[in-house]
Amino acid sequence: MSSLSPDLTAVAYLIAAVLFILALRGLSSPETSRRGNIFGMVGMLIAVLTTVWNPAIFNFGIQWVILAVVAGGGVGLLIARRIPMTAMPQLVAAFHSLVGLAAVLVASAAFLNPTAFPIVDALGAIFVASRIEMSLGSAIGAITFSGSVIAFLKLQGLMSGAPILLPARHLINLAIGIAIIAMIVLFALAENTDALGLHVFWWLTALSFLIGFLLIIPIGGADMPVVISMLNSYSGWAAAGIGFTLGNNALIVTGALVGSSGAILSYIMCKGMNRSFISVIAGGFGGETAGPAAGAGAERPVKQGSADDAAFIMKNAGTVIIVPGYGMAVAQAQHALKEMADMLKEEGVTIKYAIHPVAGRMPGHMNVLLAEASVPYDEVFELEDINTDFANADVAFVIGANDVTNPAAKTDTSSPIYGMPVLDVENAKTVLFVKRSLGSGYAGIGNELFFRDNTMMLFQDAKKMTEEIVKAM
Amino acid sequence: MSAILMTAAAGVAGAAGASPFIEQLSIFVLAIFVGYYVVWSVTPALHTPLMSVTNAISSVIIVGALIATGGEGFNAATILGLIAIGLASVNIFGGFAVTQRMLGMYKKKEK
Repeated sequence: MSSLSPDLTAVAYLIAAVLFILALRGLSSPETSRRGNIFGMVGMLIAVLTTVWNPAIFNFGIQWVILAVVAGGGVGLLIARRIPMTAMPQLVAAFHSLVGLAAVLVASAAFLNPTAFPIVDALGAIFVASRIEMSLGSAIGAITFSGSVIAFLKLQGLMSGAPILLPARHLINLAIGIAIIAMIVLFALAENTDALGLHVFWWLTALSFLIGFLLIIPIGGADMPVVISMLNSYSGWAAAGIGFTLGNNALIVTGALVGSSGAILSYIMCKGMNRSFISVIAGGFGGETAGPAAGAGAERPVKQGSADDAAFIMKNAGTVIIVPGYGMAVAQAQHALKEMADMLKEEGVTIKYAIHPVAGRMPGHMNVLLAEASVPYDEVFELEDINTDFANADVAFVIGANDVTNPAAKTDTSSPIYGMPVLDVENAKTVLFVKRSLGSGYAGIGNELFFRDNTMMLFQDAKKMTEEIVKAM
Repeated sequence: MSAILMTAAAGVAGAAGASPFIEQLSIFVLAIFVGYYVVWSVTPALHTPLMSVTNAISSVIIVGALIATGGEGFNAATILGLIAIGLASVNIFGGFAVTQRMLGMYKKKEK
């Protein structure tokens, strides 16, 4: 076989890049999203076939390549089919780590055998620009890998979600960061005869693995939506770095798309928590084991209700707005919740769902969980679209959410969550709060809402309570 | 000095003669802008599928892994390349499949 002409190859990669853009564009609405995903698959197929259409790769032994694709692809398909939707954040973190590691491996392969790529001059020295690109690709890839592994362990519960704070960690990280940059410069400027200078490539990669690990361990479980988005962004930049090394436009464009996508999601998540990106990166905020708020009126009376009360109130309501939070996902209550909503609809009650931007452990997580329980997506609303509706609602049914409803964010300037956008559930005639105890949420603060006259607390596990309400109807 | 000015002028005019790096950088910067506008138009309800699909497409890094296997016979670089192909394949197949599975769940109200 002969290889494709350079022009044809470039056009094929361009088509792949355009298809990737269309894949993301499709996600502007659920109707177009599935077609968009197909575009993405076709783009990938074109990119891979174009690359493989090269005698050098065929001569090496296409059977090995196919074996690697089949083995990896098989594992991927198996995971994709089996993974429960509640575990999506972990899965995405794990996938990010693979992209990061793949970037490191490709950069390392380019370093070991630059003539295959080809990024060498007549004397066999790697171009200076290529050295910078491959070391950036490798460094960002390594950070993505180790950071994602830590994020995975925290999300999977294999590692405590509480921040791990090393003394002088900012200083350590700064020193390592400077060392990495210095090594990239050294590597770029090393003479080709200088074996020691070239070896710096391995050192800067090793240090990048280390800093990825150190950057994520101090970040608490509650900040994970930002962390996953950030690592999403890094995996894109790593891919772009490799794209520059290869001079491959499909890779450069994809890297830029993914990089900006992750950055935008990080921004949206930060805004949803009213936290600055810097303060998230600095870490130390919010363990999952935050104790009850100190002196936040622990002795104050609350109105407590039963499943029968809740069923009665909701059956006689005109509109019920359901506010699900991460607690609902943990309790796996979404299916029972859907059943409850269906029964209420039969009674003529209007049901809506209100989603806070940071509900769940990753962007859009709650929407997927509701979709899995067959909740129609046109009943699910984002914060800014539904917040004024609470005033006209008879019941706000808060299940597994806490801080995102806390009115202190609007009124109490001393509160750690002051300024965070919250759902105005207190404007509904009755607020039903499904919660196991009066404990505080991840921000470690009490919620004034529990003690309001129009609030009824339903102390129970989210799933059990919902099932009991269904029975009571 | 005049050479520098000419290079700058050629770059601004987008004329041939710009280094390949600058051409790639131009594409990169423009793609960031495309990404910016496309991603802001993604509905927040689909942010999780957005993450899984960006994950799948960033595995186009498999292109680099395939090129790495293009050496002569087995060596350290080709082995690293093969491992990278395996890892990227997990992502490509897993990422697109899980995205498709999620997107299949989003349904409209039955009328």
